[in-house]
Amino acid sequence: MAIDFSLSDEQELLRQEVRRFAEERIRPGLRERDRAHEFPAGLVAEMGELGLLGMLVPEELGGTGHDPLSYCVAVEEVSRVCPSLGVTMSVTNSVCCWPIVRYGSAELQRRVLPELAAGRAIGGFCLTEPSSGSDAGAMRSVARREGSDWVLDGEKAWITNAGPGRYFVALAKTDLAAGKRGISAFVVPADAPGFRVGTGEEKLGLRASNTAAVYFDGCRIPAANLLGEEGQGFKIALATLDHSRLGIAAQSVGIHQRALELATDYARERIQFGVPIAEHQAVRFMLARMATELAAARALTYAAALAEHRSDAGRLAAEAKAYASEAANRACRDALQIHGGNGFCEEYEIARLYRDVRVTTIYEGTSEMQRLVIARQLLAR
Amino acid sequence: MEIELSEEQELLRETVRRFAREVVAPRAKQIDASGEFPLATFRQAAELGLAGVCVPEELGGAGMEMIAYCVAIEEISKVCASTGVILSVNNSLVCDPLLRFANDEQKRQFLAPLAAGAKLGCFALTEPEAGSDAAALRSRARRDGDRYVLDGDKVFITNGTHADVALVFASTDPEKKHRGISCFVVPCDTPGFRRGEHEYKLGVQASGTTQLFFDAMSVPAAWRLGEEGAGFKIAMSTLDGGRIGIAAQAVGIAQGAFEAALAYAQERQQFGQPISKFQAIQFYLADMAMELDAARLLVYKAAWAKETQKRYSLEAAQAKLFASEMAQRVTNKALQIHGGYGYTREYDVERFFRDARITEIYEGTSEIQKLVIADWILKAG
Repeated sequence: MAIDFSLSDEQELLRQEVRRFAEERIRPGLRERDRAHEFPAGLVAEMGELGLLGMLVPEELGGTGHDPLSYCVAVEEVSRVCPSLGVTMSVTNSVCCWPIVRYGSAELQRRVLPELAAGRAIGGFCLTEPSSGSDAGAMRSVARREGSDWVLDGEKAWITNAGPGRYFVALAKTDLAAGKRGISAFVVPADAPGFRVGTGEEKLGLRASNTAAVYFDGCRIPAANLLGEEGQGFKIALATLDHSRLGIAAQSVGIHQRALELATDYARERIQFGVPIAEHQAVRFMLARMATELAAARALTYAAALAEHRSDAGRLAAEAKAYASEAANRACRDALQIHGGNGFCEEYEIARLYRDVRVTTIYEGTSEMQRLVIARQLLAR
Repeated sequence: MEIELSEEQELLRETVRRFAREVVAPRAKQIDASGEFPLATFRQAAELGLAGVCVPEELGGAGMEMIAYCVAIEEISKVCASTGVILSVNNSLVCDPLLRFANDEQKRQFLAPLAAGAKLGCFALTEPEAGSDAAALRSRARRDGDRYVLDGDKVFITNGTHADVALVFASTDPEKKHRGISCFVVPCDTPGFRRGEHEYKLGVQASGTTQLFFDAMSVPAAWRLGEEGAGFKIAMSTLDGGRIGIAAQAVGIAQGAFEAALAYAQERQQFGQPISKFQAIQFYLADMAMELDAARLLVYKAAWAKETQKRYSLEAAQAKLFASEMAQRVTNKALQIHGGYGYTREYDVERFFRDARITEIYEGTSEIQKLVIADWILKAG
């Protein structure tokens, strides 16, 4: 082994293919979908046909069995054009398919993964509740055993893909006295009796992704839908989030890349004081910072993707997520600044990116939670 | 892509780390206070191959890759930034251009003893009126038969107080501006060569910084490096590589400060518990680790690019910009974590904080790096 920063031929080819698909198929209609809060079910189905929704699912279960770095490259390229589809993709792959691959029984895997991987079914992850965000262990949803079924009661908040979703990995307490060790993980199909989705949230950004509350009212699922062991749910949730941080880091890198492209193009064309504004040092310095932080964010994200087997994998993923999301926020801010008044108008793509990027420091673990994860691992050494 | 060091490189890290701990560290505080140049340490480092890490073995060097060189500079700088820059200058700014531009006779006469550490080199480019604007230098080299006669002043020359050999940049044709600059390899005992006083600085106190004066210094034409007029190109391409060394130095300084802060935070009790239990301190530590990991990746990426690509100016500038500014922030937080103790000379973080500052200035200020990066971004696409 030796240090090498080049992608493999397959990974480069994947990047080209996904970029072409994103430019040709996803870019048209971006602004209309954003304005209408429209979830593009047709495009998601096409992404499924291309294999982009089951990248971490083994081929024998209908997925493409990609390595985590290839997955990051694909999320990055989709997010570069449409961060909304980036998160739809990341959620299906990272927080729905991945825990099922890792913890589901063989029977459960055969039942749900081929559909999810092919894009015939969209996936979601029900962890957050109205009063338990970062403090996920404080959830109130419960599941009780009734014969050969589990029956779930509770309310989940801000669930990506809630409306179009077909399968959800859901967390609920099976033992109220056992604290975090009393939490279990289940796969809940959307057609289970007692499953209900609230109205979609109106969000600041990512408007073409679907976000809504999910309600379990005596929601009945077969016992075989338990993931892992009873009481293992919190561990499964944390492992899943460790993994999913890669997806959000990659999404942030894709947004950052696009912000740099938009800012560079605009700075070359926009004339002020008789010269393109790219001639002014103030603008050049903003571009230099964006480009440098992009290189850093991408290096951290790819390194975290390669480090999944290492003992410091969790820390690296948290670093990648926190750094890439914050750097992308700074990049969108500066890119908008370079656009001046035009950047504040929705006619320019940077206005939407500026809204879209904001959530990256919040969901799948806020920046503050990432720092606690990093610090705990540093101090545990 | 691969982010693990090779076994040989890991072995080198262990070897240099032990040398740094046993030989370099015990002298660091004292030479910082006295400004004494650690010539004996340089000779001992040379025995490990650290005077010419990337120079082929048949020319007196260690014959290793750029990554190994970065690892070595990081490990040395982690305990003593002065020793780090002394080695970085000898390797990057003297051996490297000699390896690339010297003829066989010059390699035999000058490079071999420098790479073996029998001699110490310095790089004489900067002048009182020509810092970032290196092309504005006023030193002159007048042709005189088969010799040149050099006149001029150089300033801020690292290793200058003890160097045996200097790479000197002077104009052979002032009308041609930067295309009129030529480079000479000059033994420091040449008549007309004079050193100034040791310059007392904020940090890297023991790096032998001084002025150099050339008064009608006559040198044979055979000491000219490359063609007449090629000096500016030699200087700029050399600084590209030098930036990688300084970036590695910055990572080392920051790593030293980080490790000290991590240990201190777990020992220091306030409000009845170690201060590492407080979120404020945890967040500092997390930020430090995150930025350090990102910077180290950018350094490795630049080193990899130098090995594998024709052009690596962008990667080198990004690594230098990011790592030096990171080191500034990390050493500042490390000092803050140490509180009042960190402000005293009893603790190493006080020295690390002072030493980090120069990395944003020498071998191209942060502002010059940003201009280099912006040029690349605006040229691309």
